[in-house]
Amino acid sequence: MDVTPLLLSRIQFAFTVSFHIIFPAFTVGLAAWLAFLEALSLATGRPVYRRLFDFWLGIFGVAFGLGVVSGIVMAFQFGTNWSELARRTGPIQGPLLGYETFTAFALEAAFFGVLIFGRKRVPRWFYMLACLLVAAGTSLSAFWIMVNNSWMQWPVGFTMGPNGIFVPTDWSAIIFDPVVWVRFPHMFLAAYVTTAFCVAATGAWHLLRGSFKSDAQAMLRMGLGLAAVLVPIQLLFGHLVGDYTHDKQPAKFAAIEARWHTEQPASEVLIAWPDPEHERNLYQFSIPYLGSLIASMRFDSKEVGLTTFPAADRPPVRIPFFAFRIMVGCGLLMLALAWFGTYLGAVGQFERQRWFLWATFWSFPLGFIATLTGWFTAEVGRQPWTVYGQLRTADAATPFLTSPQVATSLVIFAAVYTLIFLFGAIYIYQLLRRGPVVLPPLVEAATNPKRPLSVAGQSPGVAPAALATEAGE
Amino acid sequence: MITFWTFALGLAILLYVTLDGFDLGVGMLFPFAPDETARRHMLAAISPVWDGNETWLIFAASILFGAFPLVYATLLSALYLPLMIMLAALVFRGVAFEFRYKSRGLRSLWDIGFAGGSFVASFIQGTAVGALVEGLAIKNGQYVGGPFGWLSPFALLCGLGLCLGYCLLGAGWLTHKTAEDVQALAFRLLPGLMIAVLAFLVVVFIMALALDLRVMHRWLEEPVLALFPAIGVMACTLLQIAIKRRRPLIPFLCGMAIFAAAFATLAVSFYPYMVPFSISITDAASPPASLSFMFWGAGLIVLPITLIYTLVVYFIFKGKVDPTAEYE
Repeated sequence: MDVTPLLLSRIQFAFTVSFHIIFPAFTVGLAAWLAFLEALSLATGRPVYRRLFDFWLGIFGVAFGLGVVSGIVMAFQFGTNWSELARRTGPIQGPLLGYETFTAFALEAAFFGVLIFGRKRVPRWFYMLACLLVAAGTSLSAFWIMVNNSWMQWPVGFTMGPNGIFVPTDWSAIIFDPVVWVRFPHMFLAAYVTTAFCVAATGAWHLLRGSFKSDAQAMLRMGLGLAAVLVPIQLLFGHLVGDYTHDKQPAKFAAIEARWHTEQPASEVLIAWPDPEHERNLYQFSIPYLGSLIASMRFDSKEVGLTTFPAADRPPVRIPFFAFRIMVGCGLLMLALAWFGTYLGAVGQFERQRWFLWATFWSFPLGFIATLTGWFTAEVGRQPWTVYGQLRTADAATPFLTSPQVATSLVIFAAVYTLIFLFGAIYIYQLLRRGPVVLPPLVEAATNPKRPLSVAGQSPGVAPAALATEAGE
Repeated sequence: MITFWTFALGLAILLYVTLDGFDLGVGMLFPFAPDETARRHMLAAISPVWDGNETWLIFAASILFGAFPLVYATLLSALYLPLMIMLAALVFRGVAFEFRYKSRGLRSLWDIGFAGGSFVASFIQGTAVGALVEGLAIKNGQYVGGPFGWLSPFALLCGLGLCLGYCLLGAGWLTHKTAEDVQALAFRLLPGLMIAVLAFLVVVFIMALALDLRVMHRWLEEPVLALFPAIGVMACTLLQIAIKRRRPLIPFLCGMAIFAAAFATLAVSFYPYMVPFSISITDAASPPASLSFMFWGAGLIVLPITLIYTLVVYFIFKGKVDPTAEYE
């Protein structure tokens, strides 16, 4: 494969966006988890919920900061590396992504400030409201991103203007498209499940270390219990996303299934090594009829193969094929852990089953892996299109970029992101390890309200005195 | 609608330049601090606001993408390398700011990162503005200048000039937020900075005449433009008096006035172009359906909320900072 500016731009985008999605995937769920804990604390008055709230608020602060820092780069990359995409689809993608930015900074950052500084300064009901609004803000951010991405997957509500400009004609068609309303819940649930497993894994970790026993039990029970309910729903929405792909993006569907030739009835390839050069699968293991059943809910349906599409319109096969299987595998593993764990919790057996605690502890990356591989499936499967059926990726890139230019920026980003990620991960690890200890000042481990770019920690100079003046208002 | 978004964009850029300008300036003045206490004092003066200031850059980029996608696509891609380095510098600077307190052994390395990142980001912003004034090579709405088309002596001079200007703002801010040693240091630095900024403006003016820049023609056509430099001169005079009498805050406000005057001068010289003299505001604007979709939510509700919010944060953080506050 030639190293072209296009290839490098794609690698750079994939790298920066994959790095970025890790943090929102975590904070969307974490914000809701915080609101839930605050509500429980308000309803029951039990101190355990308050301790857990303070503990997870600190971690939320760090993850939120990292998400914003890595998001800035995204806000520029559409113009720098994908100038044709920006020029042509800007009238649609610009406002959608603009809403995302505006919501993120207005709603999240503002009420996040109340969460950090406001505990003693606002009435409890207002604090609760602020928790809900932060959760709403993160969800709304995710919503706009999904509207935008779903439009790229299935563009609607536009006409083609002069110079290839996509002119929006129907915003409600863009926002309320059925594709949005299966893909947004899918991403939303993914975030919740990811967070649920991080919470459960932290609980398992502290149980294994024998620290904060009751808090750890609560985290484990709540995390696994939530996952036990949400993972089956997530599988259902995953199936609905598959349905839309089957109907609207048949080439992607065929790539995910590694189905080279049209079959009737179709078999389901469970595992294989796709060989695009010879348009076949090596080491294939498949089950007859199952392909038709999964795709069309019938035993005898005809399912199209990749060879029905011109070679220039086919997505790569291996990445969607394997990414999809890894995603589903993670999902099934999480389902097993969540259901078995909920059973163990119900019969009060957590501590005797140390192997289960270890398994739950090591399950913390499963949600992240499933989210990332799900995105790989969706995005690589959409190729060779950036806006499906309308604008090819090759035509979306900045036409005059050179390989040395993109290689330079790629190296810079790789270095800077590695640095941030390393320190961010170490910091989150330290916070998690410290556990839900009672910290006198709430400001300790969090960022400042209008300081979403800061990674973590209290600001120099914001002394308790300065905060006291604020309190005096 | 176009007018509204043009003003919103102008406001976001002006707020970014003056607000992030002062904290980038403090970053560049950072090496002048004699000891660790003074360094902490300087950082304390910007810590609660610096990244809130930076969000205006993201607001500007978002408005540009949504309301003026052609300019967003053309400028960002034409300035590819400088922008990428600027982003890395801004991110690195922010991280350095936080981590210098968390590390003992590497503190001097983070300090270099903080000052260096501030300098690189400022220098590139100035260079970009210089390149824009000089005129980017654009044919039929397509940039044709190559990877280093923005690079010229004039643009680099503007890069240096903006660094000086930001330092002026930074020193002005320090007179307001700090006391004793650091305030005295800021007052000592101010006269030199003011002279340097004025010298830079004179050189830029002569160079623009010598290069026969098209922007200069607008000056001859519209003598009313002289109003803005006049405001600048007045601000400078006031600044001089304030320095002599050691009046805090006024130097910062004068610096802001100078920047606002310079910004207005540029805006009027460019008008009706956004990228002079190839892409006009109307060429660049999104279709009406996009502009009004953004207006009813983002323009009417979110933008005012954010403005109020910014004011509230500055209000909470009023007064001198406490240099002895520990950061742990």
